[in-house]
Amino acid sequence: MNEGFHFYTQYSLVELLGINVKNPQELLDGMKNVPISSIYYHTHKFLQQHHYLSPLPPNDFASWLKDILHMERLGEAFLGVDTISFKNLEDLRSEFVRILEEHLSRDNGRYECPRGYEFYFMACQTFVLPTPYVAHNLREFAEILNRISIQSLYFHIFEARMRLGGEENDFSAWFKGLGEEELAAEISKLDPYNTNLDNMRKKIIKKVMSRAKDR
Amino acid sequence: MPKIDDYRSIVGEDEINELYLLAERLKGKAVQNINSTSVGGGVAEILSRMVPLLRELGVDYKWGVIKGDEKFFSITKNIHNSMHGVDTEIKDEDWKHFLEVNRQNAEEVDLSGDVVIIHDPQPIALIEKRNDFPPQKWVWRCHIDITDPQIDVLNFLRPFIQKYDRAVFSAPSFAKKDLNIKKMLISPSIDPLSDKNKELPLTTIDSVVERYGIDRDRPIVTQISRFDKLKDPSGVVEVYKKVKRHFDCQLVLAGGGATDDPEGIMVLEKIRTSAEKDEDIHVIYLPPSSDIEINALQRASTVILQKSLREGFGLTVTEALWKAKPVIASAVGGIPLQITHKHSGLLTYSIEGTAYYLKELLNDPEYAGRLGVNGQENVRNNFLITRHIRDNLLLILSLYHEGDIVHL
Repeated sequence: MNEGFHFYTQYSLVELLGINVKNPQELLDGMKNVPISSIYYHTHKFLQQHHYLSPLPPNDFASWLKDILHMERLGEAFLGVDTISFKNLEDLRSEFVRILEEHLSRDNGRYECPRGYEFYFMACQTFVLPTPYVAHNLREFAEILNRISIQSLYFHIFEARMRLGGEENDFSAWFKGLGEEELAAEISKLDPYNTNLDNMRKKIIKKVMSRAKDR
Repeated sequence: MPKIDDYRSIVGEDEINELYLLAERLKGKAVQNINSTSVGGGVAEILSRMVPLLRELGVDYKWGVIKGDEKFFSITKNIHNSMHGVDTEIKDEDWKHFLEVNRQNAEEVDLSGDVVIIHDPQPIALIEKRNDFPPQKWVWRCHIDITDPQIDVLNFLRPFIQKYDRAVFSAPSFAKKDLNIKKMLISPSIDPLSDKNKELPLTTIDSVVERYGIDRDRPIVTQISRFDKLKDPSGVVEVYKKVKRHFDCQLVLAGGGATDDPEGIMVLEKIRTSAEKDEDIHVIYLPPSSDIEINALQRASTVILQKSLREGFGLTVTEALWKAKPVIASAVGGIPLQITHKHSGLLTYSIEGTAYYLKELLNDPEYAGRLGVNGQENVRNNFLITRHIRDNLLLILSLYHEGDIVHL
């Protein structure tokens, strides 16, 4: 039975961990020890804060290594991490640690940032709450998706999968329940880390509306 | 005073609806804010705007002010300066007086409520009173830059800070590593409906620009900030001179705040002297309550600079970005939080770099326009009062919920 899709929203409060680092070795040490919500924060916060922009570096580590330490190759290695292919944040952390350890075993050069340009590890506490919106069919779904906040879209695309242990994004899971396997697969295929949320919203609405017209 | 619904057209219906959803979760909780003044200064300004909006959202949000004599406020000014890193002597008797005034206020100020938020160091010792009330949560909201504080002053305040449940800072670098307390980040904000930031009719902009003898037909490069060495107005003049060889532009240096500051007066005089030789340099000393003038000058500008050598959060940058102006600003203080280089503005480290970017923007108005639009959107999403209200709601909720993810 179709119980409808209940839209949730989420907001985060940023915590300062008081760990600031100035070179790749310290970045590695910090990365190994910070709470997992810090890895989440530094790989996802840009999606909400800069959703108007064309895609930015997908994590703060890449930006700092490239723009502050001018370590282009190492920065690009971080850029190249395909965040969506990781099922959970610990695996993502392990990949970052692997890249840094591999680099440091080859090159232990003295890269150090100027004073005032340290990398500050932060974390966040996320609050999830239901909105009044419930969709019972594809048309309603598309209409509501057009109205909800960017944080709500963010929650169902990223939070549900990466932090709450879902196998896929919430939308695809619901579409499958409606027997819309193809639509579910199409939405799952979209790489949300390589676009901005407004574009993501438009793409999903277009696909859902096109399927709703076919029915 | 604007109503919360007035912000719907600026940040979107959904953003305001969700503020109501969050505020509902705080039903029954009373929050008391305490600071040291009800008028003047950034803290009073933000509280005077935020308190009515939070009450409208249904939160029992209150605001009280401590009292003190001249000596107390002279001491707290020294504490403020030394937290900023200025070498200032605070004697034992000064500390005694500081604590005594805090003790007197603890008897007189209303400290009831479920949550007490103490702003800045002046009322910090009121925390000593927390045991007199039923279980309360206490937050120390630090609005000042304490990147390099005088260590003996921080050491004196530390035992008080550590009695709070949370400390809140405006930028990551302001949070001291060795403060053994949960530290949160809440950026400051601007109010898009205040006189300094609201939309202005073209006639108002024209009349302000005309009053100061500025030509609207040629590019206007502006820096708004008080006349202070740390804002590097001399550096801005050098930038202008480098660019003037290639572009027939004008420079506007406008600000205030120098009358009681001998060093500031010297800076202002020096800039005025250098400007005398060039009628395209406009040095404008603005008295307090010149918000409309600042707004108009920013809106009339082609490019806005903020070439500070040191900066707190840099709300003048936020204001410029909000007006969709291309901004070139030093990568200091809170400015890198506001500008993503080449996306929402340009970050600079030198006079040469600033001059280079300024020429680039004057040469390519389309690129300049794109930076401006992105900058404005960044402020809309992250640095308006509505986001600040939301963070305050989350802060209060965080006092009652543990864990990385909280289902409300």
